[in-house]
Amino acid sequence: MTAGDAGIVVVGASLAGQRACAALRRHGYRGRLTVVDAEPHLPYDRPPLSKELLAATADESAAALPSAGLGIDWVLGRRARRLDVPGRTVELDGGDVLPFTGLVVATGSAPNPWPGTHPPEVGVFRTLDDARALRHRLGGGDRLLVIGAGFLGGELAAAARGRGTSVELVEAQPQPLRSALGPVAGEFVAALHRAAGVSLRTRTRVGSFTGDHRLTGAILSDGTRVAADLAVVALGASPRTGWLAGAGLRINRGLVCDRHARALGTDGAPVPGIVVAGDVARWPHPWAGPDGAVLGHWTHAVEQAEVAARNLLDPAHPATYRPVPSFWSDLYGVRLRAVGFPAFADTVEVHENDPDGGRLDIAYRRDGELVGALTGNRPGRLAAYRAQLAEALGRVPA
Amino acid sequence: MQVHVDLAVCQSHGQCVFGAPDVFSFDDDDQLRYSPSPPEERRADVIRAASACPVRAITVGPSGSGRPAA
Repeated sequence: MTAGDAGIVVVGASLAGQRACAALRRHGYRGRLTVVDAEPHLPYDRPPLSKELLAATADESAAALPSAGLGIDWVLGRRARRLDVPGRTVELDGGDVLPFTGLVVATGSAPNPWPGTHPPEVGVFRTLDDARALRHRLGGGDRLLVIGAGFLGGELAAAARGRGTSVELVEAQPQPLRSALGPVAGEFVAALHRAAGVSLRTRTRVGSFTGDHRLTGAILSDGTRVAADLAVVALGASPRTGWLAGAGLRINRGLVCDRHARALGTDGAPVPGIVVAGDVARWPHPWAGPDGAVLGHWTHAVEQAEVAARNLLDPAHPATYRPVPSFWSDLYGVRLRAVGFPAFADTVEVHENDPDGGRLDIAYRRDGELVGALTGNRPGRLAAYRAQLAEALGRVPA
Repeated sequence: MQVHVDLAVCQSHGQCVFGAPDVFSFDDDDQLRYSPSPPEERRADVIRAASACPVRAITVGPSGSGRPAA
């Protein structure tokens, strides 16, 4: 691609989009580079939002992602609403049309909303603006209800407790993070929440909210009434593919791509000039089932964006994206670090489980083979597991 | 090549250890150890390790520079 043509359009200015831009420039692309995002902000990193930013231990500069010097034409505060594959254009809300010769789809995922009406103090937590709003209200005497004790819900509860906020944390599963990490890790995390004074209620759902014009609390599935002045719905996120409807791409709870991060058409063949990276992608991996994997992890966005950018520039020699995933969560000073696919395991081996000391070491196996590991404050052991997983992955034929 | 890790910023994500285990490692007490002047031929992996750090704690500079550049 040369400087004279329509250039590359990146839809999504979050981590995957920003890393794709940096990789395009690093690999020598000097043409026009346009980044579109529905949010008005320059690229920022999401992990600090629910950690340092909410805990008020850092300001917003901690979340900024470097984008200066990349020569980007920013189209911010505008939503991509339609993709025309044969015409090679992206249509924006308002009707403007951006032509492209290459496209990076990095629209991420959207938080699953509360399925029904709710008072205005019930919200989701995904963006910098969400973080600003919640940060402002924590520590002021408001009582917080967090719905869902997954990674996000857990971190919101922890940050809020750190600010002295009273927290109700409601989880439908028997333990927090059970489907992601299993019951042992879930009980470990539950103990951390309870030790910090969070009112954790498992096997429980929020049935309805109380207060018509201003939130006063919620009625739970067991009939209990809890009081709350604000509530955050943390019930997962879904790949943002609505704008791709009717474009002729394969959509299956995510934009489906091949192992080279190339978007697939409805016929199953890669579509030239369109690559995918980050939360929005559904991609194949030897350890995933036939439907492939969708991951919302930071490292996944970084690593897939690198491969996607490279393959957009050099389609004749595509690199393969076949990572050992890794992800993390920080709760009450415990650094939970995971590698591989713990959710795919059929058995867990618990080597250390010490909630009081903040230490955890669990290996996850499927059919006897290591597929993942989780540690708490044991990074050395995690590195050893990760090396084992990389070695095992290297034995799988490409 | 000069490598510097700001250990006040490091959160033990281990991404650098995954990417360049001959340069970065955890010791028996789970403290990060690293070689401050690895051989020049390790540059590509070290730069990849630095860019994989979620908290951007690693800076890589040219050989002989007193203070590594960001």
